Amino acid sequence: MGGQGWFISAVTSRNLMLGMALTLVFAGAALLSFLWTPFDVTQMDIPGKLKAPNDLHWFGTDHFGRDIFSMIMVGARTSIAVAFVAVSIGMGIGVPLGLAAAARSGGWLDEVIMRTNDLVFAFPALLIAIMITAIFGPSAVNAIIAIGIFNIPVFARLTRGAALSLWTRDYVLSARVSGKGAVRISAEHILPNIANLLIVQGTIQFSLGILAEAGLSYVGLGAQPPIPSWGRMLADSQTMISFAPHLALFPGFAILLTVLGLNLMGDGLRDLFDPRIRRGRG
Amino acid sequence: MLRYFLKRLLSLSVSLIVASAVIFVAIEVVPGDPASYMLGINAQPDTVAALREELGLNTGPLQRYLGWVGGLIQGDFGTSYTYRTPVADMIGERMWVSLPLALFALTLSTIVAFPAGILAATKRGSVWDVLVMGITQLGIAIPNFWFAMLMVLVFAINLRWFSAGGFPGWDQGLFVGLKALLLPAISLALPQASILARVMRSSLLDTLDEDFIRTARAKGLTAGQTLRRHALRNAMIPVLTIIGLQFSFLLAGAIIIENVFFLPGLGRLVFQSISQRDLIVVESVVMLLVFAVVMVNFAVDLAYAAVDPRLRGRS
Repeated sequence: MGGQGWFISAVTSRNLMLGMALTLVFAGAALLSFLWTPFDVTQMDIPGKLKAPNDLHWFGTDHFGRDIFSMIMVGARTSIAVAFVAVSIGMGIGVPLGLAAAARSGGWLDEVIMRTNDLVFAFPALLIAIMITAIFGPSAVNAIIAIGIFNIPVFARLTRGAALSLWTRDYVLSARVSGKGAVRISAEHILPNIANLLIVQGTIQFSLGILAEAGLSYVGLGAQPPIPSWGRMLADSQTMISFAPHLALFPGFAILLTVLGLNLMGDGLRDLFDPRIRRGRG
Repeated sequence: MLRYFLKRLLSLSVSLIVASAVIFVAIEVVPGDPASYMLGINAQPDTVAALREELGLNTGPLQRYLGWVGGLIQGDFGTSYTYRTPVADMIGERMWVSLPLALFALTLSTIVAFPAGILAATKRGSVWDVLVMGITQLGIAIPNFWFAMLMVLVFAINLRWFSAGGFPGWDQGLFVGLKALLLPAISLALPQASILARVMRSSLLDTLDEDFIRTARAKGLTAGQTLRRHALRNAMIPVLTIIGLQFSFLLAGAIIIENVFFLPGLGRLVFQSISQRDLIVVESVVMLLVFAVVMVNFAVDLAYAAVDPRLRGRS
């Protein structure tokens, strides 16, 4: 398919466009928050606390009189940063491991890598986070490590599975005949051919990372005050939900829409990259 | 079948040994001196020495590890430093909240997801399909603890149908207990049901495209008979995998949901223990949860073999 056809399928994919729009809104809000927010998120205004949404404070104010709209913007930064670094850790370690396991398929290296992966899978991300917190105390960095560790086996498995089928292809065989080693073949021939798959999975893990970060912050194991985070805004709102439900609504919708955007984008990209599915739907 | 079973059993044992070693090293070796960590910086030296003695910290790590594992096997999980009660008793008490909650959620998720997934797959492209796919897309994206808070707002605070949290205990009757666990179970089940329905749909769609389905229809079976006798059975493999994986998510997810509803389960026990720096409890509960996850995955592997005889021959 030519470049133009690809572009047309991209812009006509409802999932992809809606997903990208939502993702851009939140990524944009996070970036903009470095330069400008309607109010200073550290500025308290006790007389103006718990105000319902109004012209001045679009999403209302919290129990310290802080502007919720501004806090959501800054919270987007925390969520996106934690999820992004965690996915990068998962990809950065998981993909090379998966490539190595596929290149030495059936060998002891493959066995060790895959069994270690199984083991990490036995620890749900939250348990890893709890252990790390029990030892080092809660922080955004520890949340990143916990979510990142959990991402490693996901990428390792995916990479190994996809790479294994590529190793039997003729072009890989001819590369071997021409004297290229396993590392060069993995880097030059295998990796570019599984890049699409990794991008799609990366998008999905990104959205799971946002959910995990929100959950960890909610139980107090994530970013610590005064750094605003959506999960902790929800935790703070819980005792006031009966008389100030807006405190709970906006951060929740922020998480929901960000995750929804990333998931739709992942689905859209998968359809775009995999013509087999597209034909099936068309 | 026996070879398959033994091989799985071996890998299960290795997983448990390595997991217990990782947990032990992480909690008892990495922080340096667990006794001074648990007591904080203001502790008197003789108190620390007494706790070191009590925890057996004066012996080597290997001996302590073997002692801990040996105790676990015999059901001795140590004694909580804060509550001065055996950890096994505390776990036993709270298990009666966490385990029913996870099972309740798993049941809800399965009984909703199966019909939804089958409906979407058999009526592919119809309004039903679009509806199921749309709702599940939202169900996956919604943070379950937020959904739980919204349910509390609607059903507990506004409508007053349920209490906002807490657990009255099973001695109040099965109905009262289940009622207290209903909102938590729904919030736990929602994302899992959404994932399961989607897996069911796509797995069934793949199977319905197979030649043997056409053959079954050609030899005169009705669509319903084909679905029941051939398609569903073959579509079950990925679905079983997901159900197995979900159990660990349910256990871990329950840790957060228990905090939303103030349920006295294992999750709250872990958080209380972390804030009280009661490492003995944290260590044993984490090990127990990992044990549960590994056992469930083992059971799923065996279930595969039962559903798909081809897997038994393969190593």
